[in-house]
Amino acid sequence: MTLGRFRFMDQQRVNLDGFAKPDSGLGMIAFNSPSDPEPSLIVADGRVTEMDSKPEVEFDIIDHFIARHGLDLEVAAEAMALDPLHFAHMLVDPRTPRPEIIRLAAGMTPAKLATCLALLRPAELVLAMTKCRARRTPSNQAHVTNRSDDPLLLAADAATAAAFGFREIETTVPVLEDAPSNAIAVSIGAAVGSPGVLVQCSVEESVELEMGMRGLVSYAETVSLYGTEQIFIDGDDTPWSKTFLTSAYASRGIKMRVTSGGGAEALMGAAEGCSMFYLESRCVALARAIGAQGVQNGGIDSASVAGSVPGGVKSLMAENLMVMVRNLEACTGNDALMSESDVRRTSRTHPIFIAGSDFICSGFGSIQRYDNMFGPSQWNSEDIDDYLAMQRDWGVDGGLRTAREADIEDLRRTAVEVVSDVYRSLGLANFSAKWQEQAVDAAGSKDVPAADLMTPLQASRLIRDTNITMLDVVRALDESGHEIIAQRLLDLLKARLNGDYLHTAAIFDENMSVLSLVTDPNDYAGPGTGYVPTPERQSQIDAIRQERSVADLQSDQEQARSNRLTEGLAAERGIGPRDVVIGVSPATAREIWRTLGGLMVTEALDELLAGLEEEGCQGRIVRFHDTVDLGLIGLKAARLAGSGIGIGLQAKGTALIHRHDLPPLGNLELYSVAPSLGRAEYRALGLNAGRHAKGASPEPARNPYSDEAIEARYHTSVVSLMAVERQCCDLNAPPITLHLVPL
Amino acid sequence: MTLGISGRAAAEITLEAVRSGDVRPEDIRIHPDTLVMQAEVARAHANPQLAANLLRAAELARLDDFRVLEIYEALRPNRSTAAQLHVIADTLSFAGAVLTAELVREALEIYEKRGLLA
Repeated sequence: MTLGRFRFMDQQRVNLDGFAKPDSGLGMIAFNSPSDPEPSLIVADGRVTEMDSKPEVEFDIIDHFIARHGLDLEVAAEAMALDPLHFAHMLVDPRTPRPEIIRLAAGMTPAKLATCLALLRPAELVLAMTKCRARRTPSNQAHVTNRSDDPLLLAADAATAAAFGFREIETTVPVLEDAPSNAIAVSIGAAVGSPGVLVQCSVEESVELEMGMRGLVSYAETVSLYGTEQIFIDGDDTPWSKTFLTSAYASRGIKMRVTSGGGAEALMGAAEGCSMFYLESRCVALARAIGAQGVQNGGIDSASVAGSVPGGVKSLMAENLMVMVRNLEACTGNDALMSESDVRRTSRTHPIFIAGSDFICSGFGSIQRYDNMFGPSQWNSEDIDDYLAMQRDWGVDGGLRTAREADIEDLRRTAVEVVSDVYRSLGLANFSAKWQEQAVDAAGSKDVPAADLMTPLQASRLIRDTNITMLDVVRALDESGHEIIAQRLLDLLKARLNGDYLHTAAIFDENMSVLSLVTDPNDYAGPGTGYVPTPERQSQIDAIRQERSVADLQSDQEQARSNRLTEGLAAERGIGPRDVVIGVSPATAREIWRTLGGLMVTEALDELLAGLEEEGCQGRIVRFHDTVDLGLIGLKAARLAGSGIGIGLQAKGTALIHRHDLPPLGNLELYSVAPSLGRAEYRALGLNAGRHAKGASPEPARNPYSDEAIEARYHTSVVSLMAVERQCCDLNAPPITLHLVPL
Repeated sequence: MTLGISGRAAAEITLEAVRSGDVRPEDIRIHPDTLVMQAEVARAHANPQLAANLLRAAELARLDDFRVLEIYEALRPNRSTAAQLHVIADTLSFAGAVLTAELVREALEIYEKRGLLA
């Protein structure tokens, strides 16, 4: 039997996560395993003869490749002699420019760079990342996949992702054979959403290359590197075959990056006793050595392995920084979901989000979790509004923008229509009107029961058998009247010709200009420098769709206008001992008609009056104009009442009972949480006011309790409502009687 | 002026040209000279390894898709004998792809050491 407090704690989602005791033998250690080598480098006649305490004869394939291609031997002596703490200072100090960091890191062995970066604290990682990422403008990448490889839904979701601002889209397949159809559908959908969105389809290495050669995708990413020889070979590649592959992509003008990530080796049971961070340092050094322009890392599929050990989440960020320091494009993980806990997954992403990276997520699941064929992401479609709010909260460009429902609907409809036309024109498939309609509206593939699983398979076979290329798709788009989309996809094909998007961290903006290390270099050098969103971009970050103004609130209130309250004469002091005055605020029945609890103000008054009547009292309604303060309204009402008891009611619903001889803030009973008040609460308050009038001491009515974020939900409305009350305020206007027309 | 490997100017690759069936896949394949030029840009931006990659790419740009895929496959672990890799390297050298040939020879040397030959 566990303690109640712990039974309760055990039920929280964080306790679904696995947490491992560090075990260096298994590689289950983030930093500084006892087996990690001491940094060293011996160079004889321009040849590396020892690296990280290992003589050349003992080199494995990774050591060999890094030693021969990965190090700038001209700077190596200087770089290896640097005190790690000194280099750590340089990383953080804004007066040390990025190029100086890049120059020195180029001469550092994997163990040396790992030793330096392991010294940074979390806040220092944020500063170093802000300075060291390659591209000035941050960006983001989305996953777009679904369980049925439905081309229409893929296209609609790709258009949606592009509309939300993602500049790269990664798709993949549950069924390998469907790959060409998926690549085409996502490419078309992305082009509908925005010009210049890059698209990849993650499959086996040579299949992916072949699709790139045929123009069906515009970049590649799933070219995996590993930190130990055994796992590398298990991955069916060597550093030389990967180097060849990297050159093969460039030879067709296609952008590519490689993939690695801490914890992968431990997960596959061959970490050789080394820390995740050191092994990842080998991967990143290798990525630079083979000539890739960028790296997707930060755990990726093994993020939860790193997350399970002490300091693991920090190591994920440090490995992203390592990519930047090696002068490569950083696609910074936040990809596979690393925790069941919303708090932990947010905590894992947040420092990178505020620092900014070339791609904050290397796969924000822009679709439903169940449709994500990579597995659920760290961020998913249910989080898009959260992410947009976070951008707005911190004034940070996380790569996304808000989108209006009507625009998204138009884009989805267009995407579905265009893909249908192209598939029909190429003889790949015909889609039913029902399927099309479902795909436009769908939040996920479960909403598209009309989808046929054989369609993408048959389409893919035809694409393969008849050797359809993206040029054929462009022609089909043009022939079916979709010239703009045809032009956008042709522009992406043409972009292969000048090679500008082969450079580090290249993306296209919506005008098809390349933003990269070359054209848009990060120039952060302390406060007031570096990336600042343009005013237009800032407004995309700030103006989320949920924003409300006073005018919006007034128009909502206007809809609730009622003619049940009419103005009478100037209010006078009552004389009867059962006379109770309900004082209402200046805007009542002029500008404000509905309370925060959703009741009509007249309904609240109905209940107050009925409660008083039940106790044999007569209520009368008086509107005060010289104050918006509820305490004063209640007190002034009490002073007009024959009984000396008044009720104060702000139009937004807050209410209290007051007595003529008390100080303004010393009321008898108070309902402070207006959004929670319904008819029953106002009836109870009316009853109690009546009892007070009769000289009794009733048990105070209590605020209904709620554990919801009532303040977060209503405070913006309160600000607007109080602004309206204040506009209605007139210090010289006397209180007047209001008559409530019976129902 | 940017040219495709076919020698055709990028500016000529218009929708009208595609419509009239006048654009071939070679017209949208990058020219080796462009890759050589971009290698210089990469070097000037402190990434000699990316530059080396683009120079190898300039060599591969002249090979057919099929041949590129074939060499990639041959370089994967335990696929090729030493003799087969020799032939590939020599053929590449003969075709002027000296950097790629060098990469294949280096692979052969290390594969022999680490037992990765077929």
